[in-house]
Amino acid sequence: MGIEEKLPSGFLLTTVEGVAGYARKSSLWPATFGLACCAIEMMATGAGRFDLARFGMEVFRPSPRQADLMIVAGRVSQKMAPVLRQVYDQMPNPKWVISMGACASSGGMFNNYAVVQGVDHVVPVDIYLPGCPPRPEMLQDAIIKLHNEIQHMKMGANREAEVRELETAALAATPVTDMTGLLR
Amino acid sequence: MPELPPALSGFWVTFRTQFQKVNTEQYPEQKDKFPPKPRFHGRHQLNRWADGLEKCVGCELCAWACPADAIYVQGADNSEAQRFSPGERYGRVYQINYLRCIFCGLCIEACPTRALTMTHEYELADNGREKVIFEKQDLLAPLREGMVPPPHAMVAGMDSHDYYMGKVTGATEQQREEVQHEEAQREEARRQDQGAAQ
Repeated sequence: MGIEEKLPSGFLLTTVEGVAGYARKSSLWPATFGLACCAIEMMATGAGRFDLARFGMEVFRPSPRQADLMIVAGRVSQKMAPVLRQVYDQMPNPKWVISMGACASSGGMFNNYAVVQGVDHVVPVDIYLPGCPPRPEMLQDAIIKLHNEIQHMKMGANREAEVRELETAALAATPVTDMTGLLR
Repeated sequence: MPELPPALSGFWVTFRTQFQKVNTEQYPEQKDKFPPKPRFHGRHQLNRWADGLEKCVGCELCAWACPADAIYVQGADNSEAQRFSPGERYGRVYQINYLRCIFCGLCIEACPTRALTMTHEYELADNGREKVIFEKQDLLAPLREGMVPPPHAMVAGMDSHDYYMGKVTGATEQQREEVQHEEAQREEARRQDQGAAQ
């Protein structure tokens, strides 16, 4: 009946996905979530010398409802974790998280009772960025890698199938606590 | 210049700046134009001797020095049949967890054989925790001119002291033949396996 029946199967939807991915990746709005020294590098990345405006994301939104990317920059204390989760929950879908620096990614050198050992305990993380703190180029590299992921993100029924597949794989995977030998 | 009113002096700075050179680094496009400083701490590298043998002796001093417990080393004994480094021991397992690593360089200071150094590579971000744990094969230095991949014997007539004295300048013909011979044997075994499978 429509044009989609005359085209090869999946053609129209993949084009829509490509256009939507391009639109999404080219105008990410990061939420301000600077917690420690990594935030200084994040601010430097936003400033003139490194210039995040080249990627269409110069405005760091202080309001989570107008943001779709959370750059967790710095160590997350146990007390900050619920706040982090609330800010994440307030962001509208689709949303992404970059865990910037060693502390945010895994606790870094602060392996103690006060610091969350990686923000992926609290929110789902898309890109892990090592470094203490990472230099601005490293953050830009992480953002470019995230752009690549967003560009290839699926939509609608395809996305639901992908999520289901990922969840099945995650449930079947061996938990880290059960790993032995070299994988620890 | 006469004194401007305060409201206009800010605009004067803006106006003046548009005639200055652009300060922005075009990072992914012109990456080579802005290299890190010579002493920049980037990804680690496990070095080799001039004949391709590994410098790491598996002593775990780097792991002990690490303030973030990012390094995991498991040493093993060299044997005459399988030699990876001159001397008794070599690092069989070498892992660096870059999500823990704070790039302080204490491991490099602790290393007694200069096996561990740091490169200028910094693009390490990835989308999974396991992918940012680097194994030995990710960290080992590439084979340069005159090197042959271990395991192979030391240079004939030399011992580990001669390696540390810098008397080894490259792989000898004997070492090359040994490596080629073993490669040929492995190839033969692979072909026999394939033949058995068919």
